[in-house]
Amino acid sequence: MAGVEAEVGVEKGGFMKWIDDRFPFTETMKAHATEYYASKNFNIWYVFGVLAMVVLVMQVFTGIFLTMNYKPSAMEAFASVEYIMRDVEWGWLIRYMHSTGASFIFIVVYLHMFRGLLYGSYQKPRELIWVIGMMIFFVLFASAFSGYLLPWGQMSYWGAQVIISLFGAIPGIGEAIVEIIRGDYSISDITLNRFFALHVIALPLALVALVFVHIVALHHVGSNNPDGIEIKDHKGPDGVPLDGVAFHPYHTSKDLVYIILFLIVFSFVVFFAPDMGGYFLEHANFEPANMKATPEHIAPVWYFTPFYAILRAVPDKLWGAAMMAAAVLLPVFLPWLDRSRVRSIRYRGWIYKLALTLFAISFLTLGWLGMQPVEAIYVLMARIFSAIYFGFFLLMPYYTALDKTKPVPDRVVYHG
Amino acid sequence: MTDDVDRNRRHFLSVATAVTGIVGIGAASIPFLASLKPSARAQALGAPVEVPIGSLEPGEMIRVMWRGRVVFVVRRDEGMLQRLPLTRELLADPDSEVVEQQPVYAANETRSVKPEFLVIEGSCTHLGCAPLPEFEVGPDAMLEYGGFFCPCHGSKFDFAGRVYKGVPAPTNLRVPPHRFVRDDLIMIGIDSGVT
Repeated sequence: MAGVEAEVGVEKGGFMKWIDDRFPFTETMKAHATEYYASKNFNIWYVFGVLAMVVLVMQVFTGIFLTMNYKPSAMEAFASVEYIMRDVEWGWLIRYMHSTGASFIFIVVYLHMFRGLLYGSYQKPRELIWVIGMMIFFVLFASAFSGYLLPWGQMSYWGAQVIISLFGAIPGIGEAIVEIIRGDYSISDITLNRFFALHVIALPLALVALVFVHIVALHHVGSNNPDGIEIKDHKGPDGVPLDGVAFHPYHTSKDLVYIILFLIVFSFVVFFAPDMGGYFLEHANFEPANMKATPEHIAPVWYFTPFYAILRAVPDKLWGAAMMAAAVLLPVFLPWLDRSRVRSIRYRGWIYKLALTLFAISFLTLGWLGMQPVEAIYVLMARIFSAIYFGFFLLMPYYTALDKTKPVPDRVVYHG
Repeated sequence: MTDDVDRNRRHFLSVATAVTGIVGIGAASIPFLASLKPSARAQALGAPVEVPIGSLEPGEMIRVMWRGRVVFVVRRDEGMLQRLPLTRELLADPDSEVVEQQPVYAANETRSVKPEFLVIEGSCTHLGCAPLPEFEVGPDAMLEYGGFFCPCHGSKFDFAGRVYKGVPAPTNLRVPPHRFVRDDLIMIGIDSGVT
């Protein structure tokens, strides 16, 4: 842009040119929206990334407004949440949007991740997109966990007690780590204060940074599609992929329809079932934290329960915690565990289809089991489904290599 | 121009700069990490507490708070004491061999200073839930010989806080440092001097 100085005086190209000479606005818009080409055969599985962004923005926005009235102190936290619910104008709406948003971001993200499993979106050259996505998932877990302590209810307190104690299982340094996390000899005002700092500053910053990197990586290699083929292999004379359409306005206008449908469902929950029968907001949490008594039945919120069931399936503290950590971390390695050269489930053989079906069933069942009381039959079931969960990942290099795949088409196809 | 570059010197300076930077960051991180430890106030609030036990009847239990944790003080009756040896076969560590779980003066049959008075942290050694006392005994009771049951993950302990085999909790309930100031007064959190 050597022309900047030469054009002092009368500028040609108007205001946008003045901006573009100083900031690559038009260039960025083209690269990421109007000239970013994504496959034209996207199906409904491809809206959950956009929906996750919508919920994230909503969480940040409602969170800022909640912070204006919430008090991060053990003496005042529970009462300040009640104050938001009763005395702040529309406070109940803002708080229920935030608490419902926490559950919906996990619904949307789990579906987004399952899409990756269906269509092999993690395979070369998209390994880093998947790994960054898993990091986003971990930060989401930390955000949800730290956020759940803030209302200082019974389940906030005892849920945090159980999860923080998990770090105590690490041999040797466990107890020291637990003390550093709590900042006290038990979960106290000090713990609440630091979880507040993590929940409103550190974790959201990390989340936004990671989402940015996730999208930069995606737009560098290009989006996958339900056929799992590279649309960039077939370009027209203008250099545009023949099977691609511009993200804006084509995909954005389609996404807008889904966003509206999503918000209808979301609003229904916010207005008519904000606690979702105890699944989104647990009943025990409507009582202030009581350090002297554990609630009779203690279970984490639904999005943690598959991993909690795995923890409980092992009758040993250290191994239980280790298995749970392994269950959370294993998906990171998917790009290297999958030996199939075919990405999409459409052209994979029966073995992968069966494995993925069993995995989905075991994940959902573990989620249900994590909410049940400790009884022999449930523990046995949790062991069986934990074995399937681990088997899906650990046996993947073998069964994906064995699986007979179908020929993959050159160009994307429409089904129905 | 590249011919004039002393590559060894450049390499040395690059490494020296990087090492100095890393050492600096390491040193600067100490105050931040140390600020996460329990503060002076938290430590002060963790001071010992006095528990009057004069009005505690045999077979009764009280809960007191020490360092934000529950401590159970049980005055065991004759029956409870007589049942203690019966659980022996069912326990993971009947002789209190895991030394961190009790002070030396409580590493005995009853895990207490005086057989009658059990002073024990009401925090499950699995994941820190508060176990529930089970005073009812017999084959139909939750625990045949009585003791503590953790509702979170099903860990069981007897009335000396000794953990059963095959439950998620790895060790016996912890006996906090404590001493008898008088016959009717216990100090929890300190044991300096004779007990």
